[in-house]
Parts: sequence; C-alpha cells; structure tokens
Amino acid sequence: MSLRLAYYPGCTLKTNARNYEISALASSKALGIELIELPRWNCCGTVHALAKDDVMHYIAPVRNLIRVEQLKSSGLVDGERLVTLCEMCYNTLKRADIGVKEDQERRRKLREVMEEEPPYGGGGVEVIHLLQLIREVGWERVKKRVVRPLKGLRVAPYYGCLLLRPRGLGIDDANNPTIFERLIESLGAEVVGIPFKAKCCGSYQTVHMGHVASELSYRILRQAVEGKADVITLACPLCEYNLGERQGEIRGLFPDLKYIPVLYFTQLIALAFGLEDSVGLEMNNPDPRPLLRMKGFLREA
Amino acid sequence: MALGVSRQYYKHGAENISFKARVEELSGQNINLCYQCGACSSGCPLSKEMDLLPSKVIRLVQLGRDDPLSSRTIWVCSTCFECEVRCPRGIDIASVMEALRQIMLRRKYSDVKLESIDPEKLRSLPQIALISNLRKLMA
Repeated sequence: MSLRLAYYPGCTLKTNARNYEISALASSKALGIELIELPRWNCCGTVHALAKDDVMHYIAPVRNLIRVEQLKSSGLVDGERLVTLCEMCYNTLKRADIGVKEDQERRRKLREVMEEEPPYGGGGVEVIHLLQLIREVGWERVKKRVVRPLKGLRVAPYYGCLLLRPRGLGIDDANNPTIFERLIESLGAEVVGIPFKAKCCGSYQTVHMGHVASELSYRILRQAVEGKADVITLACPLCEYNLGERQGEIRGLFPDLKYIPVLYFTQLIALAFGLEDSVGLEMNNPDPRPLLRMKGFLREA
Repeated sequence: MALGVSRQYYKHGAENISFKARVEELSGQNINLCYQCGACSSGCPLSKEMDLLPSKVIRLVQLGRDDPLSSRTIWVCSTCFECEVRCPRGIDIASVMEALRQIMLRRKYSDVKLESIDPEKLRSLPQIALISNLRKLMA
C-alpha cells in the first residue's frame, strides 16, 4: 500500500520542466509514494510577498492550501502534507502558510477578500519538498531500490537559494547542506563539491539583466567543470534555465567554458532506478544523453 | 560651506524620520540593530552590479536618508537571502530591499516593462522567470 500525498506542480513543471515532473512522479512511485495532483491548483505567486502589509499576494498561495484541506476531506490522500518540487513554489507556499498561521489580523483580512472560498484553517497542512520526503523515507530504502548504480558518474550538486534560505525555512543547514550529497551517494554516484553550491544563479534577473545572470551562472558552472564533474544536479526550474538552457549564451561571453549537462535530481533517481522511459532527458539542454550512453547508464539509441 | 554640505546630508527632519519608520514598518525589521559589520555586502553575489552596497543602504536608512530609493541596488537584489542568513544581528536585509522597492512600485515606478523584453526572448523564457521578475520589478 503506497502512501498517497497531495502534490503541487506549479506552472513551469507543466512546460519547460516537464522532465522534472515525469521523473519525480515515477521515482516517488518506485519509493512507495503516490503523488496526487492538487485539483484546481493555481499559480503560487512564485515569490513571497515580503512587505508586511501585503495581503493581496497571499491569496494565490492560500487558495492552493485550501485545496489541500479539501483534497484531504475527500479522502483521496493520506494526511495534509503538500509535496512540492519547484524551489520557488516550496518557498512561496511554505511562507504563505506560516504567514497565515502566525498572524491573526492577516487571517481575518484574507477571509474578507476570499469570501467565496472556505476559510483556511491551516491546522494540519504542511508544505514539504520532495527531497525532504525522500530523506524521511530513508537513504537505505533509496539504496535498496537502485537497480543501476550510477557508479563512476561525477555529480556536482547545486542547491540554489530557496531550499536553504531564509532562516527557519530551509530543508537543510543553510551553511553546510548535505541532503543532495547523501542522495547522490545513495544512487552510487560520486559527489563533486563546489564552493558556490548555494550561491544565487541570477534568478529572475535573467529576464532583463541577462549578462548578470550569465556571469553568476558561469562562476557556478566553471567550478563544476574544474572539479571534473560530469553533470550538475539541482531542484529548481529557474536554476535549470540559468545553468542549463543559457549555456550557449554564457559561452558567448566566456568561450573557455565547456558544456556540462544539468539534470534534475529526480532524473538521476529515475536513471538509477532503471525507469528509463520516465527520465525525459530529451528535454535537457545541453543534451546529457551522449555522455550517459558512453558511461553505460543509458541504452544505445 | 562645509557646514552647509553636512547639514544638507545629515538632516533629521520629521520627513526623514517618517521615511525610516515606513521602511521598518514595511519590512518588519529593526534597522537600528545594524552595526555595519558588512557581512551582507561581502556575501552578496550581486554586489558587483550595485551602486550602493547593501550595508550602506541600511546605514542610509538608519540616518533617515531616502537616497536608496533612487539607487540601482534595490532593483539588482535578487532576494536570494544570502545576506539574511549571514547577518549576525538577525536583520532580514532582503525584506528591507523589498520595502524600498515597494515604496517605489507604489509610486507607479516600474523597473521592468513587459514591452521592453525582446519578443524572441519572451517566447523562450520559462513562466517562472517572467512571473517572478514582473512580480518583483513591475508596478
């Protein structure tokens, strides 16, 4: 009997990061977790409203949290935990939940402007990230499920910002996180540590300050290449865009950079679990398939 | 003359005190806690692009000066919270930046306009980038 949990995809998981979703759903299933997509979910807002008087930007995330309570009462999921994949969704939903629970006045204002929704009780809802859930399931269980150990694959983990910060919200120690390292080891791969594993990739500045995002991403990529990593792994579709998709543009500014594939951590899991049809590697740019075939982790095309 | 300059720079009028109070109210932070150690500025991955270092922004707000409102710094900040976890005084500097941005955004100032983004690029950008960017930088 598998554990059924509510799952919030978010916008980009349905488009540019479809490979993240496919591999996450398949990997979770292999670990005995069934991720049930939240019905009628909407945008989480992507960024948390940091201004203390901002109630408007709570509406979107709180509406999603209400859906979790509704899904729970329909009996389709076990418990009121909401699993997220995208770092920004995790951060925004988690902070909205905390912001509502800790502030009665905010709760009252929200009820006023959300009169068509049932009031958000927020008693049992807990927003978590899939990495946390896998850690809870246990590295031993992950190891046991591995059918194709990623032996000889050198992986540089990149955490980004919002899984670790701000204080009190991180899924791991903000200064010395190890959750990715433990996962990589459990899959049989080798960890390549990079000093900038939690430095900003340029985030949303990629839209109008491309050169800034390129420079920040270049520093991260260069460290991975210099550490002789085969691939970089991460958990955020925006980091993936900046570190992966933009590599062509980055090489325009820094021609010395060698291409290095960027994979979602769930794609590594799916590979090691032998779920080759649910990895979605054709969506990654730069293409990691030639390297993975050469290393024997993929069948010849 | 010198006295005139210093008066101009360090005025403590009611207007400036209310500016500081406004920033504290919007950010929920006690600006007075800062003792200028510079940990935020040294850790900031984007400080190279800033005209005012984060620690200087805090100092100016302490003095009630609203110069940071016209700086590039508040728009360059990517709210990565590196400063927030480094600050030994527990100030959430990212939220102070947000407060300053909010003051400008509420005056209808937009740092990014949708029509200024190259249509080609617009098609290739993931939603997550566009929505977060415009949510932070557009009035």
